[in-house]
Amino acid sequence: MIVSMEQVSRPKRPARDRMSLIAILPLYVFTLLFVAGPLIYMLVLSFLSRAEVWGVVNQFTFRNYARIFEPIYLKTFGQSLKLAFTSTILVALIGYPFGYFMAKLSPKWRGRMMFFLIIPFWTSSLMRLYGWIIFFQANGVLDSILMGIGLTSEPLKILYTYPAVVVGMVYVLVPFMIFSVYSSAEKLDWSLVEAARDLGAGAVKAFLTISLKLTLPGLLSGVVLTFIPSMGLYFIADILGGNKVLLMGSLIYEQLMKAHDWPFAAALSVVLMVMTSLMIYLYRRVTKVKDLEGLI
Amino acid sequence: MKNRTHFPHIYLGVIMVFMYLPILFVMIYSFNGGRSAVLWTGFSLDWYRELFRDSSIFDALINSVVLATLSSLCAAVIGTLGAVGLSRVSLRSKGVVEYLSTLPIMIPEIILGMIFLVFFSLLGLPFGMTTLLIAHTAFCIPYVLMQVKARLVGLDKSYVEAAKDLGAGELRAFVDITFPLIRPAIVSGMLLSFAMSLDDVIISVFVTGSNVNTLPIKIYTQIKTGVTPKTNALCTLMFLATLFLGLLSMFIGRSRKGSNKQPDATTNLNINEETGG
Repeated sequence: MIVSMEQVSRPKRPARDRMSLIAILPLYVFTLLFVAGPLIYMLVLSFLSRAEVWGVVNQFTFRNYARIFEPIYLKTFGQSLKLAFTSTILVALIGYPFGYFMAKLSPKWRGRMMFFLIIPFWTSSLMRLYGWIIFFQANGVLDSILMGIGLTSEPLKILYTYPAVVVGMVYVLVPFMIFSVYSSAEKLDWSLVEAARDLGAGAVKAFLTISLKLTLPGLLSGVVLTFIPSMGLYFIADILGGNKVLLMGSLIYEQLMKAHDWPFAAALSVVLMVMTSLMIYLYRRVTKVKDLEGLI
Repeated sequence: MKNRTHFPHIYLGVIMVFMYLPILFVMIYSFNGGRSAVLWTGFSLDWYRELFRDSSIFDALINSVVLATLSSLCAAVIGTLGAVGLSRVSLRSKGVVEYLSTLPIMIPEIILGMIFLVFFSLLGLPFGMTTLLIAHTAFCIPYVLMQVKARLVGLDKSYVEAAKDLGAGELRAFVDITFPLIRPAIVSGMLLSFAMSLDDVIISVFVTGSNVNTLPIKIYTQIKTGVTPKTNALCTLMFLATLFLGLLSMFIGRSRKGSNKQPDATTNLNINEETGG
C-alpha cells in the first residue's frame, strides 16, 4: 500500500496527466451531454414522424426531407439564400475597406477604433434594430428628412419591406466582417506592398496582387461569419420586415413553436447545419486555417 | 508619403457614424414627451419614470443579470479548465471535443435554440432558469475556451518549468504561474460571454419557460407588439451599462498590455515604422 502510494507521488507524469484529465472532465461531460447530445437528437428527430395532434411518433420516414422540396418551402429557401447573398456581398463591400483602412492607422487609433466598434457590437442588437425602426417608420426620421429637403412629397414606407431587412442584416453583421478583415490586415507586412510599388506596380495592381491576396483569409472568414447567421437571424426579418419576408430561420421557428411539427423543423435545421458545415469546411480547404479569423 | 488622401479617414468616420446612428435615435426619442415613439413632441423624462414603475421590467433585468453572471462564471470554470487541460493531454478524442465545444458559436443561433428546445423536452427538464443557464453556458464556453487557448499558445513554458525546478508542485505551478498569466484571457472571455448572454434573444426565446422573462425577450415582445417610448428609455439605460462595461474591459485590457505583452508591442512598433517611413 505504502509502496504504491510512493510510486504514484514520485514520478511527475502520472500525477500531471491525472490532473489534466480531471480538468477536462467538465468540458467533456458538458460538451457531450449538451452539444453532441442535442445534435444527435436533432438528426434522429428529423427521420421521425409527427404525431396526429402534438408530439413525435417513433416511426422512421424520409417525408420531412421530401417536404422541403414542396414549392412553398423551396421559395422560402430561395428567398433566404437571396437575402444571405445580398447581405454578404454588401457586408463585404462595406466591411472590407473598413477593416483594411483601420489596420493602416496608428496603433493608438487602431485601439480607439476597436473600442468604438465593440461598443455597438456589444449593445443589444434589438436596440440597434429598434433605432432603424424609428428611422424607417412612416413619417419617421428618414421621411421627415427627405420631405424636409423636398426629395419626396409623401412618406416612403420603407419599414416592413425587403430593403429594410437588408439594411438591418448588413448593419448587424458588418462588425463581424470588419473584425475578420482587420485581424488579417493587421498582420500584413506593408513592406511587401511598398516593394511592389517600388518595382513599378500601380496602386491597384499592388493591392490586388499583395494586399488582397494576403487578407483573403480574413475576407473569407468574414463571409462565412456573415453568411451563416444571415440564414438564421429570423428576428431581423421579423422586426424590420413584418411578416412579408420569410426566412429559413422564421420557417424553423414557425414549425417548432406554432405548427408544432418538430421532425420537420429538425429536418430544416439539419439542411441548414449541413450547409453551414460545408461552408466552414470549404473555408478551411481554401485558406488552410483551422480557426475562423477574428472570431474572438 | 506619396498619394496621401483623406479618403480612408473619411470612410472610417462615415461608417462609424452609421454604427451609432440607430443608437442615437433611440436615445433621443427616449426623452420624447408624447405617446408616439416616432413623432417628436418635446423633452420629458416621463418614460424613465414609467420605466422605473414597471416591476416586470425590473424582474426581467434581474433575471438577465443573474443569468449572464452565472453562465459566464460556469463558462469561465469549464472553459479555462478545459483549455488548460486540453493543452496538456494527448487524447484521440481531443480534436472532436474541442470542435464540438466551439460549435455553439459557429452554427446559426436558431439551430442551437431549436436543438436545445427539443433535447430539453426529451430529458424532461423544466423550462426556465435551469434550461436558460445550460443553453447560455453552452454558447459562452467557446469564448472563454478560445481566448484562453490562444493565450496558452503564446505562453512561455519556461516559467512553469522554472517554478517546478524550484520545487513547486503541479497545482502550485498552476495557481502561481499559469493562472496569473492567463487571467486576462479568462477575464476578457468572461466579459464577452457576459455581453453575449445579456444580448441573446433567439436562443432564450426557445428555452425559456412561460413565466421567466429575460430583458431581451421582454424588449423583443414589446417591439413586436408595438413600440412605446418606454422601450427607448430601457434601451438607453442598457446602452449606458454596455458603455460602462466596455470602458471597464478596456481598462483591464490596458493594464494587461502594460504587464506582459511586450512582444506584441514591439511588433506593432515595427509595423508602424515601416508604414511611416
